[in-house]
Amino acid sequence: MENLGGLFNPSSPEMEAMAGLTYYTIALCLVILGIIVIAVAYIIIRYRKKPGDDGEPYQNFGNIKLEIVWTVIPIAMVAVLFLLTCSTMKEVDPPAGDRDPDLVIIGHQWWWEIRYPSSGVSTSNEIHIPAGEKMLVRLESIDVIHDFWVPELGRKIDLVPGHPNYIWLVAGKPGVYLGACAEFCGDQHANMRIRVVAEPEAEFKKWLDGQLAIPRTPTGGIAGEGANLFQTMACMNCHTIRGTAAAARVGPDLTHLADRDTIGAGVLTNTPENLAKWLANPQRYKQGAFMPNMKLSDSEVKSIVAYLEALDEQ
Amino acid sequence: MSSRIPLVPENAVPLPSLKANNGLLSWVSSIDHKQIGIMYLIITLIYFLLGGIEALLIRVQLAHPGNDFLTPELYNQLFTMHGTTMIFFVVMPFLIGVGVYLLPLMIGARDMAFPRLNALSFWLFFFGGILLYYSFFTQSGAPDVGWFAYAPLSEKPFSLNKGPTYWALGLLASGIGSVASGLNNVVTILTMRTPGMTMRRIPLFVWMMLVTSLLLVFVIPIITAAFAMMLLDSILGATFFTPAHGGSAILWQHFFWGFGHPEVYILILPAFGIISEVIPVFSRKPIYGYEFVAASTVAIGLLSLGVWAHHMFAVGLGNAANAYFSLASMLIAIPTGVKVLNWVATMWGGRINFATPMLFGTAFIIEFVVGGLTGVAIASVPIDWVVTDSYFIVAHFHYAIFGGSVFAIFAGVYYWFPKFTGRMLSETLGKWHFWLTVIGFNMTFFIQHFLGVMGMPRRTYTYYDMPYWGSMNLISTIGAMILGLSVLIFVWNILVSLRHGRPAGDNPWNAWTLEWATTSPPAVENFELVPPVRGRRPLWDLAHPDMPDEPGAKTV
Repeated sequence: MENLGGLFNPSSPEMEAMAGLTYYTIALCLVILGIIVIAVAYIIIRYRKKPGDDGEPYQNFGNIKLEIVWTVIPIAMVAVLFLLTCSTMKEVDPPAGDRDPDLVIIGHQWWWEIRYPSSGVSTSNEIHIPAGEKMLVRLESIDVIHDFWVPELGRKIDLVPGHPNYIWLVAGKPGVYLGACAEFCGDQHANMRIRVVAEPEAEFKKWLDGQLAIPRTPTGGIAGEGANLFQTMACMNCHTIRGTAAAARVGPDLTHLADRDTIGAGVLTNTPENLAKWLANPQRYKQGAFMPNMKLSDSEVKSIVAYLEALDEQ
Repeated sequence: MSSRIPLVPENAVPLPSLKANNGLLSWVSSIDHKQIGIMYLIITLIYFLLGGIEALLIRVQLAHPGNDFLTPELYNQLFTMHGTTMIFFVVMPFLIGVGVYLLPLMIGARDMAFPRLNALSFWLFFFGGILLYYSFFTQSGAPDVGWFAYAPLSEKPFSLNKGPTYWALGLLASGIGSVASGLNNVVTILTMRTPGMTMRRIPLFVWMMLVTSLLLVFVIPIITAAFAMMLLDSILGATFFTPAHGGSAILWQHFFWGFGHPEVYILILPAFGIISEVIPVFSRKPIYGYEFVAASTVAIGLLSLGVWAHHMFAVGLGNAANAYFSLASMLIAIPTGVKVLNWVATMWGGRINFATPMLFGTAFIIEFVVGGLTGVAIASVPIDWVVTDSYFIVAHFHYAIFGGSVFAIFAGVYYWFPKFTGRMLSETLGKWHFWLTVIGFNMTFFIQHFLGVMGMPRRTYTYYDMPYWGSMNLISTIGAMILGLSVLIFVWNILVSLRHGRPAGDNPWNAWTLEWATTSPPAVENFELVPPVRGRRPLWDLAHPDMPDEPGAKTV
């Protein structure tokens, strides 16, 4: 069961509450289904027309007492389920009061912008959180409706343009939790993946500090060439690299790209080789994504990869 | 009660006759409810095959992770068209068509109240479908925004192609036809009944069609207005649903589901009606608790108008709204459970003939209960937060709409085909069709419950290679192929039986409602003489003058 994921591997108190309610309800459903199946199976065996059975059976038109019984019992079941629903709903979604969000997640076609308002850190697709701590998340969308879903951690919540939502995000223990966009949002809805990295408090702090560092722009060598290309090609029209003139928010902030596990919201593992492949033609891996094929030469690709990798080495 | 109020003046020239002229023109110009009904059935069968091919292409793409059989764009077009086709151009018009054919016969009338309106409804449906499918041949392709077309994805600047416009126009046209059908059915049922056919004696199929038709009249205008607003947005630059310019994306969802959830009952109530006819006849017993089966239909119809936002538990409407819609949705389980138990009680103590209609009728109970129970579970808000927009939901509503409506449709086709055509469908092919359907259907969809709770989102053209996902999807795809094969057998059975089927006679199943009192197929005027109606089962009363149904025929 351990690696089945989702409902079978709840990793937060909220998800445990929801999984408990789900198990309980499904068990009740299975009991009811079992009763119906057994009754129908019995009928099929017992009341099947047998050779020689020619007359009509007894004509029975119904029974009011029975009708009342099988109306009242389901009403009682519904009442119980509704009470459990309300209590679980409250447990999963307690009011946040005036608290400021710890995290802001902004949906884009087809990637996630992640901001930490108190520190000013901005990253994408990979959410670092301190394990065991309850994070209040504010969710917004810049374009269409998306839905934030990390099955092992908790509920789904839509990212609706013009209608910010809030949820609690918590991971019981350190680990990497995978998720995805769950509301259909266009061509690349399938490749809008989430990674939640829950780490011990100290490591989280370290990561946060690393993200805050503003790298020096390399001046010489192949990485320096890459830095120039980044500023002179169209890259800077969409992306941010802190400490440079590139400050656009159309695509992900690339300042600490080399620090992330994947490229393109999950389509490729982040290695220099894959980054080169991606830069050579993003449309090959994520058809329909807004990053166009820039028709870079091999040496241009190499330079830009070197530049992006160099940013995080300092 | 007088039943022959002349709403339509008698024609000076006789109505076009099926027998007088068998050419295409006799069909195109027909205002005979039986010909129009048959045309509905033929066209929906064609759309069923189209929607099925779309489904199989989807399943091939999903057979293994990272497949590139379809481009993301084409995949999105296919699942949009599959959903739209199956709901608006298969299940709904099939049930309307079978209603148009049977309602006048079941209540002993000569035709619908408004025969010309009936033809108009059909042709609006017909051309609406063509308008929708024409989009495949345009430069921008078919709509690719889902059958729910959520704003703002379905609008500028996120959809610059014309697909959603064709979608809205096609559905607008066929929707107006559906409203007209609804009105026509209501007036027909209320005013055209033969003497003696009181509202407490009409067949349950007629009761269910009455409630369905009222729902059509009440809820289709909601979506019609929303389509108009969407078209204003996309063509004239209005901003009803675009948040960037002061509109509301959530408003579209309220309109869509305000129509969309009652629509689910429009798809299932007539199916309940078919089952309520088939089960008694093949069990050789009257329906158990007639009043309760009829009244629970009315209850479902009323409740269905107040549950729409259970499709929106993840939108963030607040937990007060969520709690209300959760409770209202759960309540629907109660009248639905009453129906299921009455069907089971009807079979209890019967002498059941498991011919193909009854095989589908019996399997319907089980498959539908699976879909119904998961439906109650997901009415619970936290469970919905876990499973919504995952494959669990795909499994849930296919159990309700395929396991429910389509199984009932198959039962109905095997049951009434002899009446429609004068020939029986082959029982041998029918049993092959039935068993392959049961195996294929459950193999395709049962496993999707697990995929959903393990975290597989819906509407994705590909998925990641998580543990077991690939093999589970492959099982589902193989099931879909078996289901595809079963549909081919079904079509083959129809084609063969139309020419070579055993002649049916007037009443091959020894059934009790009025449609079986006339020839198969019925003459243009339906009845030479409508038998006297003194109870719910006129033909039982004729056959058993010593023990007629009334006054004993009520729940005691």
